[in-house]
Amino acid sequence: MNRKLTGVFTSERDILAATFDCRARGYEIIDVYSPYPVHGIERAMGLARSRMTFVCFALAMAGAALMLWFQIWTSAVSWPVNIGGKPLNSLPAFIPVTFEAAILFGALGTVFVMLIRSRLFPWSKLRLPAPGVTDDRFVLALRQTDPDLPPGLAERLMQDHGAIEIREDREEEL
Amino acid sequence: MSDSTTALRPALVDGNRRPGDVTQDISSPLEGRPTWLWWVGLAVSSSLLALGVAATGYMLTTGIGVWGLNRTVGWGFDITNFVFWIGIGHAGTLISAVLFLFRQHWRTAVNRSAEAMTIFAVMCAGLFPLIHMGRPWLAFFVFPYPNTRGSLWINFRSALCWDVFAVSTYFLVSLTFWYIGMVPDLATLRDRTRSRLKRTIFGWLSLGWNGSARVWLRYETVYLLLAGLATPLVFSVHSIVSMDFATSILPGWHTTIFPPYFVAGAIFSGLAMVLTLMLVARKVMRLENYITARHVGSMCKLIIAMGGIVATAYSTEFFIAWYSGNPYEQFVFMNRAMGPFSWAYWTMVGCNVLTPQLFWFKKIRSNLLLVFILSIFINIGMWFERFVIIVTSLHRDFLPSSWNTYIPTKIEVATLLGSFGLFFTLFLLFCRFLPVISMSEIKGVLRHGRDH
Repeated sequence: MNRKLTGVFTSERDILAATFDCRARGYEIIDVYSPYPVHGIERAMGLARSRMTFVCFALAMAGAALMLWFQIWTSAVSWPVNIGGKPLNSLPAFIPVTFEAAILFGALGTVFVMLIRSRLFPWSKLRLPAPGVTDDRFVLALRQTDPDLPPGLAERLMQDHGAIEIREDREEEL
Repeated sequence: MSDSTTALRPALVDGNRRPGDVTQDISSPLEGRPTWLWWVGLAVSSSLLALGVAATGYMLTTGIGVWGLNRTVGWGFDITNFVFWIGIGHAGTLISAVLFLFRQHWRTAVNRSAEAMTIFAVMCAGLFPLIHMGRPWLAFFVFPYPNTRGSLWINFRSALCWDVFAVSTYFLVSLTFWYIGMVPDLATLRDRTRSRLKRTIFGWLSLGWNGSARVWLRYETVYLLLAGLATPLVFSVHSIVSMDFATSILPGWHTTIFPPYFVAGAIFSGLAMVLTLMLVARKVMRLENYITARHVGSMCKLIIAMGGIVATAYSTEFFIAWYSGNPYEQFVFMNRAMGPFSWAYWTMVGCNVLTPQLFWFKKIRSNLLLVFILSIFINIGMWFERFVIIVTSLHRDFLPSSWNTYIPTKIEVATLLGSFGLFFTLFLLFCRFLPVISMSEIKGVLRHGRDH
């Protein structure tokens, strides 16, 4: 059993309730599409928190370590120059640039990881679940894998929550 | 739903808009023909830009001597403009990042244009140290790169070198923040437009965005992280800019108050510039429903707060100069207030300390024309603040025989006007081709479809 259904909604409240109910009845939520981030949808879909924070922390630390090492290496090892009698390894003076490098690596690195992880590339093929999803439509895409669920239940649930359009898709699409 | 407008939380968007209306209101000005007001603005700003390009071209082919700088006053308009523009940028980051972290939902109406302002202001700022070098084609010397001079590296102990890293990081991170924030809106434009060319361009830029909740979840986390990174960044950037001065031993520059003083001043000047631009964009792009009197009021209140910090810094500087017992320090400050540049000092005090006090009155805050005029006064005052700090500290140094004055030449004035031309040209082009208001964020703060 493998049916795929797509329901189109017009408000945040409806899509939240529909997602919650369909998941509670045992449907698998493929994804929800919305023109703006609907808060609470991750709970309705049962998604875990994003792990991007750890990625960001690791990248920022790597940037800081790399830049600190580079400054010490250039100033004290590769070509030491006596500037006003200051110590070759002027550690406190290296902190501002180290800090900037942490921010730069953390910010740009996290964005790149997010784009790669979400497969957002300029050449990405556009797969819109329904027209208007970037305007004012909310789309719930779900899959039925459990053959024991009563036929037509998902359709009825979605209709009860105000779906304006329900479509059954073949699995190859999307 | 929408009837429950309470006295506690007035609606952020006027006119009872629905998500579809938001898309329509914000995208349609980009699809039709521009208003005559836009053309007038573009004509003026691009003429100024052309003037600046000509002045800079003349300077580069003739030499730095065409500026009014001399041996005593080695920094004048060039560095004043640099600090002024970089400061302007800071309010953009404050609005987009700091207010985001504080969950100030009213920022949604202004954050996109404030971020754009940041990027254009940092571009203007970066230009000045570049042309100040005199030989900008050698500008890459400021970066540490392996070279044939034995790999002679840059001096990482120098505040000017920190500045290179701070400003370039600031530019890149602001640009990323702005672009990432715009991806969902670019997707909206892509799905709306009828022009094949626009669809291709927006299609590339929007990275195949389809509003998937899984991506939204990750996207929002990253957006929060960027805001969290941009906040310390904005404080560090202007602190480092202030260290260009504070790490020297010149009286008037060599003070520990400089980093917080500069950051407060930067945000203060930037807020004034955001206000100026917001009031223009609101009229030119007909966004009265989105940029409401409430937004302007909130900005005015922020200006009062920042103006208070700036005023405190001015008086602290004077107090410490007296309290230090250092005659050189005392002289510099007396010279600032009563010397040959006292007119600049009192212009600064008038514009930065007195003008914001008018915003205490609700009548003034809600008179948009008056707010517009006052915001320009603050812009002028903050430009003079940097001029005063730089020129009055330099022109009478330790050796009276080398005392000198500084009279800017026409070329310098033309370059300053040119930077305004560049800034406003870029801003007007941005208003024309990209959504000035973040549609995806505005839709999220509407009352439509929610239980409130």
